Amino acid sequence: MNIGNLIKIAISSLFRNKMRTALTMLGIVIGIASVIAMVSIGQASTQSVRGELSSMGSNMIMIMPARQNRGGVDMGMSSSKSLDNKDLEALTKNTRYVAAVSPVVSSNKQLIYGNNNHSCSINGVSAAFLEIRKYELKEGVMFTDEDVKRYNKVCVIGQTVVDKLFTNGENPIGKTIRFGSIPMTVIGVLAEKGQSGMGDDQDDIVFAPYTTIQKRFLGITYFNMMYASATSEEESELAATEITYILRSTHGIKSGDKDDFDIRTQEELVSTISSITGLMTTLLAAIASISLVVGGIGIMNIMYVTVTERTKEIGLRMAIGAHNRDIKLQFLCESVILSLIGGVIGIIFGLIISYVASKLLNMPFVVSEMAIVASFFVCALTGIFFGWYPAKKAANMDPISALRYE
Amino acid sequence: MAKDILKVEKLERIFRVGSEDVHALRGISFSITEGEFVSIMGTSGSGKSTLLNILGCLDTPSAGDYIIDGVSIKDLSKNELSTLRNRKIGFVFQNYNLLARTTAIENVELPLFYNNSVPAKERRERAEAALKLVGLENRMEHMPNQLSGGQQQRVAIARALVNDPVILLADEATGNLDTRTSYEIMSLFQDLHSQGKTIAFVTHEPDIATFTTRKIKLRDGQIIEDAPIDTQSAAEALAALNLQKED
Repeated sequence: MNIGNLIKIAISSLFRNKMRTALTMLGIVIGIASVIAMVSIGQASTQSVRGELSSMGSNMIMIMPARQNRGGVDMGMSSSKSLDNKDLEALTKNTRYVAAVSPVVSSNKQLIYGNNNHSCSINGVSAAFLEIRKYELKEGVMFTDEDVKRYNKVCVIGQTVVDKLFTNGENPIGKTIRFGSIPMTVIGVLAEKGQSGMGDDQDDIVFAPYTTIQKRFLGITYFNMMYASATSEEESELAATEITYILRSTHGIKSGDKDDFDIRTQEELVSTISSITGLMTTLLAAIASISLVVGGIGIMNIMYVTVTERTKEIGLRMAIGAHNRDIKLQFLCESVILSLIGGVIGIIFGLIISYVASKLLNMPFVVSEMAIVASFFVCALTGIFFGWYPAKKAANMDPISALRYE
Repeated sequence: MAKDILKVEKLERIFRVGSEDVHALRGISFSITEGEFVSIMGTSGSGKSTLLNILGCLDTPSAGDYIIDGVSIKDLSKNELSTLRNRKIGFVFQNYNLLARTTAIENVELPLFYNNSVPAKERRERAEAALKLVGLENRMEHMPNQLSGGQQQRVAIARALVNDPVILLADEATGNLDTRTSYEIMSLFQDLHSQGKTIAFVTHEPDIATFTTRKIKLRDGQIIEDAPIDTQSAAEALAALNLQKED
């Protein structure tokens, strides 16, 4: 029998029992849909985590003074005063993999505006800081290098600070806030960034020129730390090496001596988080594929019942000239068609589910072509694998007793 | 002389039931020539079903030979037997054996699906012609459950005819039908016979056998009678039945 006739016979047999066909398919539909949805949701969460990381600046490099140890007593992180203007200048010039550098000088002050006050950390940074940490301005402008040079009393504030101080809904731009006793003019408001991966509020922040903080607030000349950005995420290791080299030379550290600073890139964090989310995706897919196996067993079960129920039909087909092979292929064809149609419907449902989930969980909608192609093949294999035994049983029937079967 | 359509020689069939051998057929020899309408009679256990299975190439003899249309089935494989059934034999069963939820025409087409040399278009045409031959040209798209018993048996006969077999094998083809419908079906068989079809008709009803041209009677696996008979017309019997009803 040729394949066209075979498929025709298989399809008409499936159509003869629409309800059962639909119910059998349901197992496969659920299996495939859950695999597709799980993989897609897993990948979407990977992407959104990665997105969050790069919103923190995945090419960001942190430069901190080394921990100091005085007479065996650890003085804590960033306790030395090894980073200063000299380093900033060296890192701004003559670098190849470093795109931008900004020092950070932190201070804590009570902010006062009218009757409202709010305590938060004030960061003295340079204009490049916004780009390095991927902050954006919602309104107003960022201070310039000129402001830095002149210790100008200007600042850029985050949304949380705006909400706390400007409770009447005034426009903060141009208003003057007192930082303790020092008045500063608000020239910009940052766009909201929300919580960081670690859970702290990234909008509860104030940026001012680092020179202003150094001279007017703290009276110091060193930096607490520095942020730099590599020219790209891939080049952050190179940039880190470059920074190490430059800082060692400006600090006059002899070869063999320890660095008096620490450099950290985001690379490690990114790869750790990627591997965790990757593992999660695999796990979800594995759980979902259990339901696919259950669906496959459902097909096998129904095919067995079908074969028994259609014993007479099998006997008749044999009597009118079907070869054993024709019978086997017919039932195999039925189970494969069953699982393939179920698979296609499952893929569609899976995509719908992952679309809805991405909308609800506020994640990107990711279509995994790999998962679709793979599940299509898995469907075909399921059909063959679970259809094989019932088909064989059908093909091995004796036509005489099959015809007599009641 | 008309040629032999089938010929059996010293046919034996032994079944093994437990540790005992059961001789269903004990050396049967006869032949059926082209254009004969043979009834094979016998009580249950006489071996007529076993004989029919062998004649239909569904079973093979334990000993002896069976030649159908010049082909000895002794050394044929299962697949070759299947092909032989497909090309040379038309089966009509007692319980019709139509596929449920499948139209009459699709049921009739079925044997041709297993014959690759028949293209789809010809398959349809031949099935239509066969249905016309049994007088069901207006019921082609009906499902079996929309047809009466007699009509279902006609569909089955059309299915047996569609591959243009050398012999029609009917197994108690009127067993599930009332007298009147039985006569109608026998009348159809007689029509087919008059058109030159060769028919072997297994039955245990003596009155049905009178519509055939030759009677072979079996008992305990042996032929006890093989003779031409005085053929009655089924059409006349039907007319007589109708008269009786009017009285």
